[in-house]
Amino acid sequence: MMSFFSEVYAVAWSDLRFMRHNILQIMVSSLMLPILYLLAFGYGLKAGDVDLFGDGSVMVPYLTFVIPGIIALTSLSSSFNSTATRMNVQRLYYRSFDEMMMCPLSNTAIIIGKTILGMVRALISVTLMFCIGCALEPDFLTWMNPGLFVLSVALCCFLFGLLGETAALMVRSHSGMSLFTSLVITPMTFLCGTFFSVQALPAAFQWILYVFPLTEASLCIRGSALMGVSDAYAFPFWALGVIVAYIVVLFSIDMYLIKNRKV
Amino acid sequence: MDMQDDCIIDVSGLVKRFGEKSAIDHVDMKVKRGEMYAFLGPNGAGKTTTVRVLSTLTGFDEGTVIIDGHDIVKEPREAKAAIGVIQQHISLDKDLTVWENMMAHAMYQQMPKAERIKKIDQLSEYIGLGDYYNFKVDKLSGGWKKRVAIVCALVHSPKLLFLDEPTVGLDIQARRGLWDLLRKLNNDGMTIFLTTHYIEEAESLCTRVSFIEKGKIIADGTPEDLAHKIGYFTVESFGKDHNTQYAYFQTKAEADEYAKQFDDTMTVTVRRTNLEDAFVEMTGNRIGDNGFMLQKATNPKEAR
Repeated sequence: MMSFFSEVYAVAWSDLRFMRHNILQIMVSSLMLPILYLLAFGYGLKAGDVDLFGDGSVMVPYLTFVIPGIIALTSLSSSFNSTATRMNVQRLYYRSFDEMMMCPLSNTAIIIGKTILGMVRALISVTLMFCIGCALEPDFLTWMNPGLFVLSVALCCFLFGLLGETAALMVRSHSGMSLFTSLVITPMTFLCGTFFSVQALPAAFQWILYVFPLTEASLCIRGSALMGVSDAYAFPFWALGVIVAYIVVLFSIDMYLIKNRKV
Repeated sequence: MDMQDDCIIDVSGLVKRFGEKSAIDHVDMKVKRGEMYAFLGPNGAGKTTTVRVLSTLTGFDEGTVIIDGHDIVKEPREAKAAIGVIQQHISLDKDLTVWENMMAHAMYQQMPKAERIKKIDQLSEYIGLGDYYNFKVDKLSGGWKKRVAIVCALVHSPKLLFLDEPTVGLDIQARRGLWDLLRKLNNDGMTIFLTTHYIEEAESLCTRVSFIEKGKIIADGTPEDLAHKIGYFTVESFGKDHNTQYAYFQTKAEADEYAKQFDDTMTVTVRRTNLEDAFVEMTGNRIGDNGFMLQKATNPKEAR
């Protein structure tokens, strides 16, 4: 077991050194987009209260509603972009990914190790975003369930890191990565319950959005952050289960790609 | 030591296809421990694909590959632990420093911390990289990057070192320096498998050479044996038609006798047959400096 962890650390080490060299740049770029969304949607739109359950029983200010959504979005953008961009460069341009593949490391260690950069970066970004959120809406600290919040955020960061890894392993060029971002990540950013409640949409459209994991991520993070708003507000454990299922599926795809040398 | 133990590379019936095209076409090959072995062929012959398969980087369609007694499909980790690879294209992480690249490789090999620091220092001192530890790799010239790649490949003291076109892009001084290093490593017991399209490189360095063309091994032996298969002496004649002709003889006397028939308008040289002559005779082609095939003794007018 120790050997496995040391292999994961070996894989992650060079990525963490890369992060250390570029920490300021990484932090600024990680927070820029979420802060812009917060300003544009949280303040610019001046939207009214949001109906949490869709039945008018619990209304919360839009800013309170949107901050957990932006935290979910931060976990996606930071984790996905860090993992996908660096792996894409290492695999297609530097070819340094090949060097690692020729070393005696287990495939599982490679897959998990390559998500560490994304996870660490996303956890830092989410923490900063959470601090900004608490400064704007201090009641989060009384409403939230810390255990479920940390669990949800950690699983989301890992899931989106794996998604970035899958994209980086599958694409054949830099333009392929841009296409993936345009077709998958950008629609997720705007549609998956980050800025509005998915329940406000027609039923058929809701089901389409539930296919994208950011919807479940938003539900879990918002659920854990606003748990104390109402006694009737239950944490969506089913959504956490879907996130775990996505992790299993993406891990299996990555394992197949690496084991069969499709990379 | 039986034959199986004696061979560090044992390949049989290896086939690698890209679509309909076979990049490696039923190759059988054995490389003994301690050999300096060269795969010699033009660009596109299948050299790089073979190295990528043997180093576990690329899968294959048919055959078996045993590296250091381990089947690379069934026991990839054990096989990988025995090899070091210097790829044709510099494959370092250009966002990291020289030291970080070397350390990352040592960590991939699961070396204990004290050992990896000691080994990196030793190799860097030998190769002259010590002053460059904190340089970002992308700030280095091609020759220095190659040195970093060498340290990375050697850090875990592999039993078998693969080098794919190791001297492409290096100046003469760097090339000679690398040749000396390879000779030293080989003298210390490391098996070396290199691919090259530089005939003089294979001839100067290697104890055994295989000619590869279109994914097939067409000849195999020591450089001397391969050269002597076509005759010990070569008569090279160059005339007004700007077309060099070659003739091969088993004895110097026969070669001299043949050379006498040419008149003063021809430039005639009698010399020992070399590996290039053997390659041209056996493949019907000559390798250009850029690695691409040139047709054998083509008459430009005929070519048009």
